[in-house]
Amino acid sequence: MINRAGVGFALVLCQLSLGCEREDRPFSRITPIRPDTPLDPAGMPLAAGAHHTSHNAFSVSQGQQLFEWFNCSGCHGGGGGGHIGPALTDAEWRYGSSPEEIHWSIANGRPNGMPAFKGLISDDQIWQLSAYVLALNGRAPADVAPGRPDSISVGEPPVMHDEQKPKPEKVNQ
Amino acid sequence: MALLASSGCVWQQGALQPRGPKALAIAELGSLFFWVALLVLALMVVAAVWAFARGARRADLSEPGPFVPSEATERHLTRAVGASTLVAVLLLALLLVTSVATGRNLADFAPPKPLRVKVTAHQWWWQIEYPGDKPDDTAVTANELHVPAGRPIELELKSVDVIHSFWLPNLDGKHDLIPSRVVKTIIQADDLGTYSGRCAEFCGYQHAHMDLVLVAETPTDFEAWLATQRQHAVEPATPTTQHGKELVEQGPCALCHSISGTRARGGVGPDLSHFASHRTLAAGAAPLSSASLHDWLKDPQQLKPGTQMPAIALSPGDLDAMTAYLETLR
Repeated sequence: MINRAGVGFALVLCQLSLGCEREDRPFSRITPIRPDTPLDPAGMPLAAGAHHTSHNAFSVSQGQQLFEWFNCSGCHGGGGGGHIGPALTDAEWRYGSSPEEIHWSIANGRPNGMPAFKGLISDDQIWQLSAYVLALNGRAPADVAPGRPDSISVGEPPVMHDEQKPKPEKVNQ
Repeated sequence: MALLASSGCVWQQGALQPRGPKALAIAELGSLFFWVALLVLALMVVAAVWAFARGARRADLSEPGPFVPSEATERHLTRAVGASTLVAVLLLALLLVTSVATGRNLADFAPPKPLRVKVTAHQWWWQIEYPGDKPDDTAVTANELHVPAGRPIELELKSVDVIHSFWLPNLDGKHDLIPSRVVKTIIQADDLGTYSGRCAEFCGYQHAHMDLVLVAETPTDFEAWLATQRQHAVEPATPTTQHGKELVEQGPCALCHSISGTRARGGVGPDLSHFASHRTLAAGAAPLSSASLHDWLKDPQQLKPGTQMPAIALSPGDLDAMTAYLETLR
């Protein structure tokens, strides 16, 4: 005979433990900005931040704020729709679509105008931006992407896109 | 109190210590409500005690069967309930009339020629702007407002991220700031001195450390302060402070902060042009001193966890240079 109270308690416990990652705010574990960060030998950043930030709702919303603050929308357009810089909401990716490759693009810059933010913003902030870019692309987990826009007026949040399979885009150099 | 120097008194923060006409009106209304409520409570207690005491002596209760009141009792009860209802209605009408009148007076408070100040609430600091006749004359600062005492101040309030609430308890009620809405209100500080306020609507992790300071000074002192705020930041004079300035201009600081007259023109964080003249650090997270500034630059998360400012890994020499430079920005 299963004790109903026990099952209920176990379900609540499961829910609490599963929800923690989504809402975790790692203020005590924030890494400082290192102006002279060297690249690792393979030229790729460590993947430690990738999973945590892309599964963390706070990181995605911080990324949304930083996207405006550091003027990413100035080139990539409001909501990442594309302006003088390429759109981040479509399926075409010139320099890689994985969280690690997006992190590399933001940290080290890319040809034709993408600045390098390494040493100017913290690594955590770059991971947060990368998580937001993933969300713009429709690849944020459903429980992490915001369910409503921040503005008062009714509308869709900037990250409610259907997921598209990323494909590489040829760039004429 | 008015004879003290302009930077003298630090007034205790509280709505029960009104120091401006609006706060006075609110406090008086509150006082009326309090005494009326106390009167009603006293009457209720007296009536209840009397009813219990009198009820125990009634001979009717000793008879078996349901209690049937006599005609006389019915008349007494009708008169008593009728009188109480009338008193209640009159008191409520009094409260309603005075409440509406006070609300009207607060809304109509519009003395001529106010000084215009723009206040923008961020998470978790206040941006203060004094627009001038020319765009060049705009003075921007953070977390600290200076006003001439006794002069009406027209505040243009807004929030850029979440709902905040502007509250200077000694001067006025709370003004909720909903993003995309602008609130205009006029306040007036009658007494010289320093008033403190805070954000009054939960706005995130550091809502408790979003303090505001308003300094009411003589017109002469205020004009002198405003003139200083309009000037560019002080140029560094020693090699250490010059190195500090370079670090601020070329490093991460310039991405968010602006210091007028330098190449740091970020628009995201508080303006630091006259940072060292403020009374507190990080909107009340700590009093401003060499030690607290040093700790703040080393790791802001220690003083104000959750703050948007990241730590920068600097060598001790660089950290000292940056602290020294920022301390010169009076």
